[in-house]
Amino acid sequence: MDVQLKRGLLDVCVLAAIKDEDSYGYKIIKDMKPYIELSESTLYTILKRLETANMLNVKTAEHSGRLRKYYHITDTGLKRIEDFKSEWQEIVSIYKFVTKEENQNEQAGVS
Amino acid sequence: MNKQEFLDNLKGALSGLTQSEIDGRLAFYAEMIDDKVEEGMSEEQAVTELGSAEDIASQIISEIPITRLIKERVKPKRRLSVWEFVLLFLGFPVWFPLLIAVFAIIFTVYVAVWSVILSLWAVFVSFIALALFGAVCGVLSIICSNSLKGISLIGLSIVSLGLSILMFFACLAATKGILLLTKKTAIYIKSSFIKKGDL
Repeated sequence: MDVQLKRGLLDVCVLAAIKDEDSYGYKIIKDMKPYIELSESTLYTILKRLETANMLNVKTAEHSGRLRKYYHITDTGLKRIEDFKSEWQEIVSIYKFVTKEENQNEQAGVS
Repeated sequence: MNKQEFLDNLKGALSGLTQSEIDGRLAFYAEMIDDKVEEGMSEEQAVTELGSAEDIASQIISEIPITRLIKERVKPKRRLSVWEFVLLFLGFPVWFPLLIAVFAIIFTVYVAVWSVILSLWAVFVSFIALALFGAVCGVLSIICSNSLKGISLIGLSIVSLGLSILMFFACLAATKGILLLTKKTAIYIKSSFIKKGDL
């Protein structure tokens, strides 16, 4: 997949992974695994970026005798997901435009 | 390798990044390992799954944009004094040509390396040309009743075709090798940049 496109998608995926409840690094990777693979170092970079962009904040909490970082989505982060959804409509219409010719050919072949 | 060894290796491989960056990364990986262990993995398994510390470090370094690295490293600790500005200005005729020369040398080396590759491909093309030309001339010679010369020409063209096939794979391998080397060098330059400023 195109690097720029994937980068944008990964940001939104990570936000989606913490949308319903706060999550931590390992769980985010595990939850995303069926949909999109990402390495630990990539996740770290994304989390930092999202934190800087104020789309999530970090809380350190104790978990079975050690500290664990939990990531909590902010309103800006939630808005990013909503923006993504509406952007996606644009992408779908672009996709339709790109594949228009193929579809017409197919239809012509069928009829 | 256990968790501590892995973290020590990673710390060594990342030395030169800012301290807060290193601490952040190490804590992140430590938490990953702990979570994997909590799920029933052994420490060894968890560490193996993460990959080697060197690979991780080079990935981290390649992800950091070089402009940011330079900005962090080159940023002077204090403001330059007036005298330093004057010296910088007066020294301009000296350091500017030197800077250009350094870039020119790097560029020349790169061009030279690629011209070797280009000439390898040229040899490949000439083998093919020889094969075609030899075949055509051979057939013509046979037709013009000089069959002994014609057969030897065709033989030569077949040999040349065989050599061109070998040459093709050699060229391909050399090109791929140089591309890989370029990437490795870029990462090396980047990481040496990081190591310079700190400590």
